[in-house]
Amino acid sequence: MHELSLCRGVLQQVTRIAEAHHAIAINAIHLHIGPLAGVEVELLERAFPLVSRGTIAEHATLEVTRSVVTIYCAKCGNRCEPKRLFICNSCHSSVTELLSGDEIRIENIVLKKRVQTDHVH
Amino acid sequence: MCTNCGCNGGKQYTVQGDGFSVDHTPPGETVIVDVHRALLFDNDQQAARNRQRLTEHNITAINLMSSPGSGKTTLLERTIDELLTRYRIAVIEGDLETENDARRIRAKGVEAVQITTGNACHLDAVMVGSALQQLDLKLIDLLFIENVGNLVCPASFDLGQHRNVTLLSTTEGDDKPEKYPLIFRASDLLLISKIDLLPLLDEFDLQCAADSFASVAADTPLLQLSAKRGDGVTQWLAWLNDTHQQLQRSS
Repeated sequence: MHELSLCRGVLQQVTRIAEAHHAIAINAIHLHIGPLAGVEVELLERAFPLVSRGTIAEHATLEVTRSVVTIYCAKCGNRCEPKRLFICNSCHSSVTELLSGDEIRIENIVLKKRVQTDHVH
Repeated sequence: MCTNCGCNGGKQYTVQGDGFSVDHTPPGETVIVDVHRALLFDNDQQAARNRQRLTEHNITAINLMSSPGSGKTTLLERTIDELLTRYRIAVIEGDLETENDARRIRAKGVEAVQITTGNACHLDAVMVGSALQQLDLKLIDLLFIENVGNLVCPASFDLGQHRNVTLLSTTEGDDKPEKYPLIFRASDLLLISKIDLLPLLDEFDLQCAADSFASVAADTPLLQLSAKRGDGVTQWLAWLNDTHQQLQRSS
């Protein structure tokens, strides 16, 4: 539901990084998104061109890797990909800790660097 | 070959780190820059600043989340009536439009800052940070942040609160926790609100709601409440009181 504002957040962060690296363009942005991040990847992909138009990331491709949910069971110590959300596969306890699956992370970006133009006059 | 950043001078340049490491890639080249950073990094940093400011002022901040119309504002009105002699209270109200909720709170003699988010479906830490600027923090013990009515997005945005309280009203389905696991999972307390309406609502089963909640939030406490009739209000106030005392001791 807030995919537009998330796109703006991505753009803000990658723009700062691109500037620090003297880039003229961002070619690609690689995101990791978990199924519990509350993000519709398709909506994010549709929102991105609207937000990036006219910016350094205008022609960037958005690559999304979908991560999986993993939990740690406080009761039996098992780590697993739960078959039922938050429930331990081996002892069926719901007292579990989420290890991954709710993340939205910028993994890396591909930058095209500026050709040096520092002339001495 | 660069020994600082690991780029190999060959076909593929990579800069490891957090996005701001030293970059020895030659000009004009294409480079992969590692970032490994949460998208909500900026929000989370602002939330941490908010929380620190609140804690420094010995304020307990409660983030109230629920669907629209589950009784957040009514609960606040009742809470203010009951607690105003004991605590200094302020409220931050989040809504897409209108000052209506803030007006209802102000009518109780409590300071309220209305954030109208326009199209945004949730509050974020920056909005709350600027609302805090409008409040005299020295004059507050309990701060309630009434989030935008929505069971999806508010769960993802840390505001700097100390506790999350989620309301589930009896006029909604009793399987809501499993349908919207994130928000219920993030709760420190669940309030099943409007229980005075239970006799009229055959579809809502309290045990099913409790089971559904337990399956996503394990042993998080749950209270049944009617802000209108008064059921559960004593327990709710006791929870607030305990939470405030606990935070005072730990700060």
